[in-house]
Amino acid sequence: MTALPAVPTIKRERNKTLRRFTANRLAVAGLIVVLLLSVVALLSPYISPFDPAKQDFAALLQSPSAAHPLGTDELGRDTLSRVLYGARISLSAGLVSVALALVVGTALGLIAGFVGGWLDELIGRIIDALLAFPFLILAISLAAILGPSLQNTMLAIAIVTTPAFARVTRAQVLAQRELDYVQAASALGASSGRTLLRHILPNISGALIVQASLAIAEAVLAESTLSFLGLGVQPPTPSWGSMLNTARGYLQTAPWLALAPGVIIFLTVLAFNLLGDGLRDALDPRGRTR
Amino acid sequence: MLIFAARRLLAAIPTLLVVTLLVFALVRLLPGDPARLQLGEEATPQALTELRHKMGLDRPVAVQYVSWLGDLGQLNLGRSLQDNTTVSSLIAQKLPTTFELALLSLLIAVALALPAGILSALRPGGALDRLVTLLALSGISLPTFFLGILLIYIFSVNLAWIPASGYVGLSENAGLNLKLMLLPAVTLGVGSAAVLTRFLRSSLLEVLNQDYVRTARAKGVAGRLVIVKHALRNALIPVVTVLGLQLGGLLGGAVVTEQIFSVPGFGRLLVDAVFTRDLPVIQGMVLTSAALVFLVSFLVDLAYGAIDPRVRFG
Repeated sequence: MTALPAVPTIKRERNKTLRRFTANRLAVAGLIVVLLLSVVALLSPYISPFDPAKQDFAALLQSPSAAHPLGTDELGRDTLSRVLYGARISLSAGLVSVALALVVGTALGLIAGFVGGWLDELIGRIIDALLAFPFLILAISLAAILGPSLQNTMLAIAIVTTPAFARVTRAQVLAQRELDYVQAASALGASSGRTLLRHILPNISGALIVQASLAIAEAVLAESTLSFLGLGVQPPTPSWGSMLNTARGYLQTAPWLALAPGVIIFLTVLAFNLLGDGLRDALDPRGRTR
Repeated sequence: MLIFAARRLLAAIPTLLVVTLLVFALVRLLPGDPARLQLGEEATPQALTELRHKMGLDRPVAVQYVSWLGDLGQLNLGRSLQDNTTVSSLIAQKLPTTFELALLSLLIAVALALPAGILSALRPGGALDRLVTLLALSGISLPTFFLGILLIYIFSVNLAWIPASGYVGLSENAGLNLKLMLLPAVTLGVGSAAVLTRFLRSSLLEVLNQDYVRTARAKGVAGRLVIVKHALRNALIPVVTVLGLQLGGLLGGAVVTEQIFSVPGFGRLLVDAVFTRDLPVIQGMVLTSAALVFLVSFLVDLAYGAIDPRVRFG
């Protein structure tokens, strides 16, 4: 046998994964919603009918109409425009915090899993300790101590999300470390760094992508929760969570104000969860029953 | 069993120490001077120095940590900056309300998850299974605060069945207490119900593939009876552990739920402390919540060891 068939096998495996993913209609729906939201976030300045901060005291708390399809808020601002702009805040909060957690958490997990020894023990204890804190309570306390702003919200969410990535990575590295290809790489003289980054990391990227998708769902939810409590993005920046918090005071007179941001948060989180679940099933068909 | 418990406890000590170190660092090492926070911006330098000395802030950080740890050993979490009451008494006063809320939420979660998980596992991949799976994922994705607002809109604003907020102690008027706690408990319970449904489904599917279930089927036990009498009992074991691990999520969710429904519990206390920047209270609450989660997962571990000997000797 020569080494020739290796590439076609990888390709065939990828095609199979892709086919499994596209066969899952809910996962594809999740992906489409995620893409749509990204387009909305990028293009919000061009597609919003109004300036999201523009107040119009002649049009306070209007119900949905042709001019304002989702109505106006207590300052006469257009709800649709604010929801469209809010996509920027929610998605950037989700993406930035998870990217930070992914980089730091993966690095910690790689080191802990590969180097082992006291370093693994130390990193493991810190991960365990961080995981003992209820996610939201730690995020709220961090945001409170750091002070309310978008950057601090992202930082707080990144800190509470990091241990999950470290744990997933560490477990994956421990499983891969004993496999033949890693032994082979070491035997050929590859350094630890090269073995980790060029050989192990690509092989565990699937698990990390799944984890990232589910973590974005959680991060978007956490950002909107912090904003809802008044600890995240501050007014007048349009954030879905703070819009809902304001809308709470007008449930009797203007219930539609709560509906739009609530539904969009729900759809965004659901889309990332569907995507993550679909990716997991596609990448690991044995785990299908889960 | 005792040896198993002692071993688990010993193994937990380093992690617990790291937990205290993190909580200590959370307040001490981040920007901001606790003495200035307490005295305000107009404090004279002399008053600041005096208070810093009184609070022990002029000592080395390591000494501060050890003395703080000593206080913790005596359950002394310090005093609130607001009214000088002890943090431990504040927390002890608010926790029972949140425990009641969490317990009711878990009851609701189990009541929803048990039938949903079983129906789902009866025919995996079927229409009903797909519906339950989608509903469960929706339950996980639904923001607690949005669900709470929806429930208030439907049941309080429109139907006027239940007041949107207000709280009566369980000992004052149990009936009214339960009525007022119903919406908050549903709000908090739906997320747990969704998580439990997913676990119960996968746990049941795993058990249904095992030999003893096939034997029961081969014996001629009817399809549904196999599930209820044979499979469910074993499938529930891992689910019970998940139930215990819900506590952290419930404590976090309670912050939001108690805020929406004005329930004076642990979560409400945290939000109030955050807005008054009452650092000793925040610090004490973060530590307490981690300790509670730790305690429950320890108990779950023990229960698991008691049910399944493989865990004990593995």
